[in-house]
Amino acid sequence: MRNPFSRPLMAAVLLPAALLTACGGESKSPAAPGGGGDTIKVGVLHSLSGTMAISEVTVKNSETMAIEEINARGGVLGKKLEAVVEDGASDWPTFAQKAQKLIRKDKVAAVFGGWTSASRKAMLPVFERNKALLWYPVQYEGLESSPYIFYTGATTNQQIVPGLEYLTKEKGKKKLFLVGSDYVFPRTANKIIKAYAKANGMQILGEEYTPLGHTEYSTLVNKISAAKPDAVFNTLNGDSNVAFFKQLKSAGLADPGAMPVMSVSIAEEEVKGIGVGNIAGQPVAWNYYQTTKGAVNDTFVRAFQARHKGAVTSDPMEAGYNAVHLWAKAVEKAGSTDVAKVKAAAAGLSLDLPEGKVTIDGSNQHVYKTARIGVIQPDGLIKEVWASDEPIKPDPHLRSYPWAAGLSS
Amino acid sequence: MDSLLSQLPIGLSIGAVLLLIALGLTFTFGQMGVINMAHGEFIMAGAYTAYMLQDWAGSQAVVVALPVAFAIAGALGWVLERLAIRHFYGRPLDTLLLTWGVSLVLQQAARDIFGAPNVQVVAPSWLSGRIEVLGGNLPYARLFIMVLAIACVAGIWAYLNRSAQGRRMRAVMQNRELAACSGVATARTDQLTFFIGSGLAGVAGVALTLIGPVGPSLGTYYIVDAFLVVVAGGLGQLRGAVIAAGALGMLNSYAEFWTDASLAKVIVFAVIIVFLQLRPQGLFVLRTRALT
Repeated sequence: MRNPFSRPLMAAVLLPAALLTACGGESKSPAAPGGGGDTIKVGVLHSLSGTMAISEVTVKNSETMAIEEINARGGVLGKKLEAVVEDGASDWPTFAQKAQKLIRKDKVAAVFGGWTSASRKAMLPVFERNKALLWYPVQYEGLESSPYIFYTGATTNQQIVPGLEYLTKEKGKKKLFLVGSDYVFPRTANKIIKAYAKANGMQILGEEYTPLGHTEYSTLVNKISAAKPDAVFNTLNGDSNVAFFKQLKSAGLADPGAMPVMSVSIAEEEVKGIGVGNIAGQPVAWNYYQTTKGAVNDTFVRAFQARHKGAVTSDPMEAGYNAVHLWAKAVEKAGSTDVAKVKAAAAGLSLDLPEGKVTIDGSNQHVYKTARIGVIQPDGLIKEVWASDEPIKPDPHLRSYPWAAGLSS
Repeated sequence: MDSLLSQLPIGLSIGAVLLLIALGLTFTFGQMGVINMAHGEFIMAGAYTAYMLQDWAGSQAVVVALPVAFAIAGALGWVLERLAIRHFYGRPLDTLLLTWGVSLVLQQAARDIFGAPNVQVVAPSWLSGRIEVLGGNLPYARLFIMVLAIACVAGIWAYLNRSAQGRRMRAVMQNRELAACSGVATARTDQLTFFIGSGLAGVAGVALTLIGPVGPSLGTYYIVDAFLVVVAGGLGQLRGAVIAAGALGMLNSYAEFWTDASLAKVIVFAVIIVFLQLRPQGLFVLRTRALT
């Protein structure tokens, strides 16, 4: 969901993609996708070049690692997996084209890919039209549940709502200031936050958006300083976070005790660029950290760092890794790579993964996830300080929250 | 009312940042008429210079880097002028495309050398405090940028008006043929002008590490603002740039205070468009026979 650039591009993608399908005609759909040979093909579709490459390459790495792990233990249904890696090039129409190519030409059994909401929205019609499967690994703004997408990242009730609950219930913060980048994810997130605040006796003292790539935060910092909130909820994305935290720090407002700044888009990878001195002690909300306790995670981190020296493991990487393992398990259970059978087998499926026990909710194809609030440590890693008692049931449309009525219309 | 006043120093400090990033352009674009889209990447080169010097100078890297960044960015600019731009003098549109291409190349080079993620430049500890001005906070880092901007302006002014080489530079810009007839080596003067203009971008880059991200796309965040200042101030006009930067800083500060950051950008652009309709030549104008 980070850095989604122009949404108008999405419209541009629908047309060529639709034409492609039309030209291709209705193929005689084979019994099960993935190829009839000795291997089962799966697609890995991330931006390996362009502005999103920095984030997405790490997810590609964790997904291909999962594929190799599965092959090392004998593959799926007695066949090895064969990864077909494609580059979405940080360009949303390219994502749609490459998805079409993976489904039609390579006949992959499933595609693991995407990061920004814009890329997911661009690929969605392609997967729905071809009745193929996409596994999407990044937390996002919710309010979506396509029957042909499995969402292994958090939806809002597994990240943003717990982040708010932590601030109010654990820390007693009642007056919030909202800061975000000016596009769909922060605006949707803040709509949810405002509805929550209204129902829970919290006050929203300010709501400010800055353009993507904005670097001048002194006025915004001054506004925060004048409003005197108990806490700031930060949905800024990308480089703006660096400028925001540096300028907050130099204005003397970076005191996590007095006024914590809760962020939902800063993971281990981003902390380095912001400068740990500017952000140490601030809370973040995710579902997984490199430091998450458990034998499965220890193995995951060790295996990943053996391949990529000095690398950190982050939430989206883990969600991508999970997606591959969950799909493989579903295929085993279904005894086939047929999309309808895999979907049926995936419902209710559960696996022990680095973040803990992960269960697929068949009704919306999201996964149960434990919400974790972490605090950024002086060494740049994130330490968990609070976690939900159990994995939270995904609720992308927030239907089980009375205060959210009317948000998802 | 308190916060209204406290926006005043903020406006000045935004103005100082704008001035610093635009100073180099008053040379290359203002004086020589070269639309240098790679100016932002010279700023980036300055920022990375500070990053690299941390290994050696530790937390004082930002100070040490000022002269070094001037030399490195200046050298980059000089090479660009020698290899490419001088063949395109008098062809502004071609120069625009050329330097835009160069800027993309430099961004990708930074990505390959330093990696795509932002890097960290630690500010010296003596810049971490702040003073209270008119009820608002003015961080030392911002004060440092203001002082640096003033120092650069003073230095440039003295150079252009008091040194022989500076006078030759102005002579070439105002009337190239006559300057050449009088024995001024115009080609060498062009090289020097480009060196100084690019070097100033490097100095700005070092200062920006105190307040913003240090990454391959750093230059793209500032290039438009830099051009705005130069165009509004009047080409080649030092005092025009100073006044335009101050005015735009104030406008930015109050527009964002009363509306929000996105709308403030719209307001600033709208004001500049209206202003340029009324005064296409900018605040101040100097009759020159530049390279065009």
